[in-house]
Amino acid sequence: MPMQAQEIEDLIRETFPDAQITITDLAGDGNHYAAEIVDASFKGKNRVQQQRAVYAALKGKMDGSHGELHALALTTKAPAE
Amino acid sequence: MTDAIETAKGQIQDTVTANDVVLFMKGTKTMPQCGFSSRVAGVLNYMSVDYADVNVLADEGIRQGIKDFSDWPTIPQLYIKGEFVGGCDIVTEMTLSGELDTMLDENGITFDKDAADKIREANG
Repeated sequence: MPMQAQEIEDLIRETFPDAQITITDLAGDGNHYAAEIVDASFKGKNRVQQQRAVYAALKGKMDGSHGELHALALTTKAPAE
Repeated sequence: MTDAIETAKGQIQDTVTANDVVLFMKGTKTMPQCGFSSRVAGVLNYMSVDYADVNVLADEGIRQGIKDFSDWPTIPQLYIKGEFVGGCDIVTEMTLSGELDTMLDENGITFDKDAADKIREANG
């Protein structure tokens, strides 16, 4: 069951209400997206910690074998000072 | 299934402890079966990094166990000296920024520096 870009943004927004979120549809098949998230909560965290938080926000949608999303290219950043 | 995952986690721990560099991937370093796995394996191959490849498609317990082990939902997963480094996006970013070179150096892992530079030049 493919996902819509808006669904992904809403899910991420639930955990990161103030974040700047940009979702790009890479293939038009509801399965391959890129997401860029800029949020203050990432400050001081390394990439793995930042992206773990985003995957947690997606609540299992990213689990490959039975998850809806096969590919989500993630870019996470803290806002520039 | 859960005990299969528990035993898999033990095997995973042993593998990442016994090998300096481990790539859990779909397929093998010479026959990757997924674009993301292929990209990370390709970088490591091109940079002549000596690493152990683990084909998660060959063992469902490992395929699920690795996701719990690292609290990371996707494959591939790169480990250096037992530490989870990242998936395809992070390893690509680290390769282009030079952080991967630094991490390999800091851990005394040999690799082809010229090849790393060529990757960065090619991705301008």
